[in-house]
Amino acid sequence: MSAVMITRKVRKWEKLPGKNTFCCDGRVMMARQKGVFYLTLFLIVGTCALFFAFECPYLAVHLSPAIPVFAALLFLFVMAMLLRTSFSDPGVLPRALPEEATFIEMEIEAANGNVPAGQRPPPRIRNVQINNQIVKLKYCYTCKIFRPPRASHCSICDNCVDRFDHHCPWVGNCVGKRNYRYFYLFTMSLSLLTIYIFTFDIVHVVMRSVDNGFLNTLKETPGTVLEVLVCFFTLWSVVGLTGFHTYLISLNQTTNEDIKGSWSGKNRVQNPYSHKNIIKNCCEVLCGPAYPSVLDRRGVMQEDSPVSATSAAPYSTSSSSSNPVPQTTKTTAPLIPNEHTPDDAKPSIAASAEKSPSPKEEHPPAPKVPPLASPETDAEASLTKDKTH
Amino acid sequence: VRLQDLQQPAVSSKVFVQRDYSSGTICKFQTKFPSELESRLDKQQFEETIQTLNNLYAEAEKLGGKSYLEGCLACLTAYTVFLCMETHYEKVLKKIARYIKDQNEKIYAPRGLLLTDPIERGLRVVEITIFEDRSIGSGR
Repeated sequence: MSAVMITRKVRKWEKLPGKNTFCCDGRVMMARQKGVFYLTLFLIVGTCALFFAFECPYLAVHLSPAIPVFAALLFLFVMAMLLRTSFSDPGVLPRALPEEATFIEMEIEAANGNVPAGQRPPPRIRNVQINNQIVKLKYCYTCKIFRPPRASHCSICDNCVDRFDHHCPWVGNCVGKRNYRYFYLFTMSLSLLTIYIFTFDIVHVVMRSVDNGFLNTLKETPGTVLEVLVCFFTLWSVVGLTGFHTYLISLNQTTNEDIKGSWSGKNRVQNPYSHKNIIKNCCEVLCGPAYPSVLDRRGVMQEDSPVSATSAAPYSTSSSSSNPVPQTTKTTAPLIPNEHTPDDAKPSIAASAEKSPSPKEEHPPAPKVPPLASPETDAEASLTKDKTH
Repeated sequence: VRLQDLQQPAVSSKVFVQRDYSSGTICKFQTKFPSELESRLDKQQFEETIQTLNNLYAEAEKLGGKSYLEGCLACLTAYTVFLCMETHYEKVLKKIARYIKDQNEKIYAPRGLLLTDPIERGLRVVEITIFEDRSIGSGR
């Protein structure tokens, strides 16, 4: 049995569902629309370039050389925070693999009992008590999971994100658990940078006008006019945003919760995640542990389709259902069954799903395809899984 | 009996141990013993495994002097320090991976079960695969 081996390693990011774009072989993760992000970059780099070209030579000589040095440090910090926010995984929750999705569906159906024909089944909600507060966990039909508390589905990126704050087009990414502190530091440092440049623009113009007159100064340093304009508009938006997020952090709330009014106080509803202490809330959000990404973007996909084809051939005759076997060999990513998946294909999807996430400890299924369970036993097994909480 | 020695293990079913959110958003799994495992595993054994995992995750997410120090130092370097250093959480995750491997080898594999590291399921569930009971592997 000869087979053509695929020599190229397929990394997991290539098969991730959702509308993200990846760069640098999975190291960088962003939203699909990046236009506004490029604008942000252009504005920051452009304004700073003008500052270094027009203001710094004069101010370094007439005031202090520390001014451009500090500006450079601040600029580098702003860029580092921006890129960190834009390029990191915000805390995307991977979608449920077919078996997990089926398991959850079984639980839901068991909990709902018999729905009379024609009636809509009740909404899929799980109630959880956190800190003496009932929190409703909603079911995500796209990701096929019950969203953890504070997670939300971003429709732009088509992912569920943990501790979802908002989708920011200016950074070209969602802001969630993993990159919120970088986002906050970005807005904070950008506010400082804007104030810094604005202040020294004024100082520069004033100092020069004393010598040369106001209009002559503007003619000599046209860049200053542009900078002042950009800084003026940026100040109102970014400083305001920083203030808003400082308020949110002190209360340990997300923008998403604030907009929805989740903890607005009516019906004696209180934020169960807040430590009721501003310092503690700030410490948790800004200095808490650095959460790892659960996506494993750069992991190598475990399956090689041709290898399965060669070893599956001898089994196709011996297994009871021959049709699922060719399907397993074609898939390199777990198929998520939806309402269109025919029922007889489901066991094969389950078998292929079992192979693809194979943890490092699991060896036997790798070279050999285990005999697939026939559809009847699967159904029996799933019926016996009925549990009541 | 090692899992590798079992010929053609067939997956009978999978159990998914869900997250326990009663203490908030910290990573914690329910210790409720799934009925599907009743024939294979002791309730106490299962609870011990899950409880140890919960304790390890609590260690990873602990808010305290050490995590604050790490956070502040990292901020001062504009987080570039994480390019060369491993975070505390990552260190604990490696510990958890070793623990799961150990548990699989000692307790779960001999009973025809397999624990999947929750990190491979987005820290959402602890997936326990139940393999078909072959006469070779049914030692308790």
